[in-house]
Amino acid sequence: MSMTVRSRSGNDWLRDALPRIVLSPSLVIVLVFVYGFILFTFYLSFTDSRILPSYGLVGWQNYSRLFSVRAWGIAVDNLLIFGSLYIVISCVLGLALAILLDQKIRAEGFIRTIYLYPMALSFIVTGTAWKWFLDPGIGLQAVVRSWGWESFTFEWIKDSDMAIYTIVIAAVWQTSGFVMAMFLAGLRGIDNEVLKAAQIDGASNWALYRRIVIPQLRPAFMSAFVVLAHMAIKSYDLIIALTGGGPGTATELPATFMYSYTFTRNQMGIGAASATIMLMSIAAIMVPYIWSELREKR
Amino acid sequence: MASNASANVVRTGAGSRYVIYAILTLFCLYYLLPLYVMAVNSLKPLSEIQAGGMMALPSQWTIAPWQSAWSTAQIGVDATGLRPYFLNSILMVVPAVAISTVLGALNGYVLTKWRFRGDTIVFGLLLFGCFIPFQMVLIPMARMLGLMGIAGTVPGLIFVHLVYGIGFSTLYFRNYYQQFPTELVRAAMIDGAGFFMIFRRIMLPSSGPIAVVCIIWQFTNIWNDFLFGASFSDFDSQPMTVALNNLVQSSTGVKEYNVHFAGAIMAALPTLLVYIVAGRYFVRGLMAGSVKG
Amino acid sequence: MGFLDINNATKSYGSVKVLHETDISVEEGEFLVLVGPSGCGKSTLLNMIAGLEEVTSGDISIKGRSMNGVRPADRNIAMVFQSYALYPNMNVAKNIAFGLEMHGVAKDERDKAVAEVADLLQMRHLLDRKPSQLSGGQRQRVAMGRALVRNPDVFLFDEPLSNLDAKLRVDMRTEIKKLHQKLGTTIVYVTHDQIEALTLSTRIAVMFGGHVQQLGTPKEIYDNPANIFVAGFMGSPSMNLFPAKVQVENGAAAARIDLADGATVSLPFAPGNTMSGYDTQEIILGIRPEAITDEDGADRKSQAIHRIETRVEVTEPAGSDIFVVSHLGGKEVTGRFRADVDVSPGDVFPFAVNMDKAVAFDPKTEMRIG
Repeated sequence: MSMTVRSRSGNDWLRDALPRIVLSPSLVIVLVFVYGFILFTFYLSFTDSRILPSYGLVGWQNYSRLFSVRAWGIAVDNLLIFGSLYIVISCVLGLALAILLDQKIRAEGFIRTIYLYPMALSFIVTGTAWKWFLDPGIGLQAVVRSWGWESFTFEWIKDSDMAIYTIVIAAVWQTSGFVMAMFLAGLRGIDNEVLKAAQIDGASNWALYRRIVIPQLRPAFMSAFVVLAHMAIKSYDLIIALTGGGPGTATELPATFMYSYTFTRNQMGIGAASATIMLMSIAAIMVPYIWSELREKR
Repeated sequence: MASNASANVVRTGAGSRYVIYAILTLFCLYYLLPLYVMAVNSLKPLSEIQAGGMMALPSQWTIAPWQSAWSTAQIGVDATGLRPYFLNSILMVVPAVAISTVLGALNGYVLTKWRFRGDTIVFGLLLFGCFIPFQMVLIPMARMLGLMGIAGTVPGLIFVHLVYGIGFSTLYFRNYYQQFPTELVRAAMIDGAGFFMIFRRIMLPSSGPIAVVCIIWQFTNIWNDFLFGASFSDFDSQPMTVALNNLVQSSTGVKEYNVHFAGAIMAALPTLLVYIVAGRYFVRGLMAGSVKG
Repeated sequence: MGFLDINNATKSYGSVKVLHETDISVEEGEFLVLVGPSGCGKSTLLNMIAGLEEVTSGDISIKGRSMNGVRPADRNIAMVFQSYALYPNMNVAKNIAFGLEMHGVAKDERDKAVAEVADLLQMRHLLDRKPSQLSGGQRQRVAMGRALVRNPDVFLFDEPLSNLDAKLRVDMRTEIKKLHQKLGTTIVYVTHDQIEALTLSTRIAVMFGGHVQQLGTPKEIYDNPANIFVAGFMGSPSMNLFPAKVQVENGAAAARIDLADGATVSLPFAPGNTMSGYDTQEIILGIRPEAITDEDGADRKSQAIHRIETRVEVTEPAGSDIFVVSHLGGKEVTGRFRADVDVSPGDVFPFAVNMDKAVAFDPKTEMRIG
């Protein structure tokens, strides 16, 4: 009798706990491989690790050295230039295309498909295509010269001061279509009756968009900003494929800096410190965003 | 995308419509330009490119660059072409996508229909894991893969992609199942169905659309990954993106641009194909990954 | 002990108590309706009976067996949901048979049971369809079939008619009542619609703020509301509630009411009232619209018809009746006149008030005092 009672309650316990048991492998994986690893790398950033992890604590030394390295300064400056141009141009272009595409355009679906396909490509593919297209020897410059404009010059990719802008060109090409799609979805979500009311009030098309439509796209702007900002900070593949960080270190970004310091220059402590700073900056953007998204859903 | 939502009521005159069409067409050309450059130059002899004919159609059509990129081009030390790396990518993508999708579906099911104290925190933790800069995990992961004995192997890459793919697949299924009526689950509970029975008989049959979205997203992401491939693979386990980069960046000999372009298209084809066949789902996946809920 | 017993049951989410101590005993074959506005705790109580929500304290038992910790599937109950909750991927026959399948009933027995239920509900022709191919009324029918086929001890209905249009709702209401009379099953039924509660139930529990305000037969609830909430919630148009003052002269109690023009009028309570102990006290007087009529429409059996002349503000013809709005005690008051009475806004018109049907409440406690 007591046996059957116990097995019944054991069964009950199992059935009650089953959902959590099913979820637990994923949770454990994430706790170890995301948060555990974050803590580990964070710890390494305070150690004297060089080619291999080592556990001698050195305080803030890696951080102070990081900020005194010229390459890191360049990488951060580049990220600011690249990030702000990338976000602003993508948003402006994306919004403009979305508004134009929202005017009952014939073949809208077809045009949308063309605008968006770059998002399906690897940055390595994109980088390869743009690398040779922008190459003065065979790309745009050579083509224009072969058409007869002998003095035409376009050598940004070889120019330390301008190379960072070629990254912007390729990155905008890749993601502006996606931003367009986000804004288009936002535009389609706006109540038509409000627009009709504004038209009856005598608003011109320009006023309609500036005063009524665009202010209502705030959530789409927020999402676009968050997505683009976090992509900018994580940008790695495109730089590797397009410029390799060059000429020299002219197009290094924090992501490439971290990789080369950690794995080729054997300065693991400094690499870990740079990764920590990348994480902090992404967290500053993503945590409030995720927080607000989850809180609204409750 | 809400393409079938009620159309815009803004009216534009005929003149401005021509301008709009002109601008839209111009941007079509802009977005197609790199694809065009890759395609035409992968089909012409190297000499035509070197002569400044990058924008022109091939005067002499050839598939030699494609053959070279696929089976004879020098990648790293071996002249194997991209074929073995293409296979590596396939071997890596299929299991990683399958497992992360199944786990994501189960997680989404638990997080929406079997809620418990703290479930939102668990989801938040999973979700933030999607967005971390992976530089933060490269060092410990390299050691961990070594400890597990799968460093530099395809299974090692599968594992890495699985670990960092769970967050997104959970996000997709959770958001989808959140819309799924909880009354159905309750009805099935009263009818006597248990946890897995409800999942199999009630949830799964309605999960087709989100499964497609999730699979496409994971496929595209994992296929296109470069950082993990570059960090955790050996010469014989490199995925396609890493091999392509090696091909393009190799500094030995003459730069065979036409072969590079052919290789780039090869690396792009699987995801491009998915996009063309299932673009609707692809876009939905992109949107769900950014505009949550 | 009844068939379904709710003993001192409560429900809390964290520190928020959504259901206070509740005791209800339901006999076999009873049709109990839980009625109240949204958030009153009625659905929570239903879910607790179903086992979809745990009881925080107290106990719910069916046929004398405590249901605490018993899974919904093992309680021998069936439930009809507001959204019908039909499994979208299964056809009607499979929807109905699913519960039997989960309980290990053999295929041929399932088919037989499905056929019986389909005949009972006259939906044999629907068995092969998917829920998406059904109309609202048909879905409702399938949802009932799915509950019936299980032959449970208790049927639970969670606002089953609220997604139907007005006409269909009335039809389905009749059908549910017929089904109950035919099968004699025990039903607990949740609704926010007081008409549904009055027409369907054998007993009603009126709920508000997590408390059962009153438990009784439809007639008890309607005629003798326990407090102002029940009085105002049950009945449509709702009971007129307006302030008055008790005045006792020669041992006979009357209610003094201010009229709109500043005059006052005195309405004697019906013989046998208990109001003489409340001399000079403020009360809230409750009179249903059908007890305020034109003089010819007044109840001839009543001994307590009194006349008030007051100004008509609005008339609302409703086909069979005219609702006439005026002011008494500073509150809007609606009377129910026969349709052919010639009355228009602005008229000063004699109203006949049936004090047999009047009830009085304490304005502070809001409880019934007479």
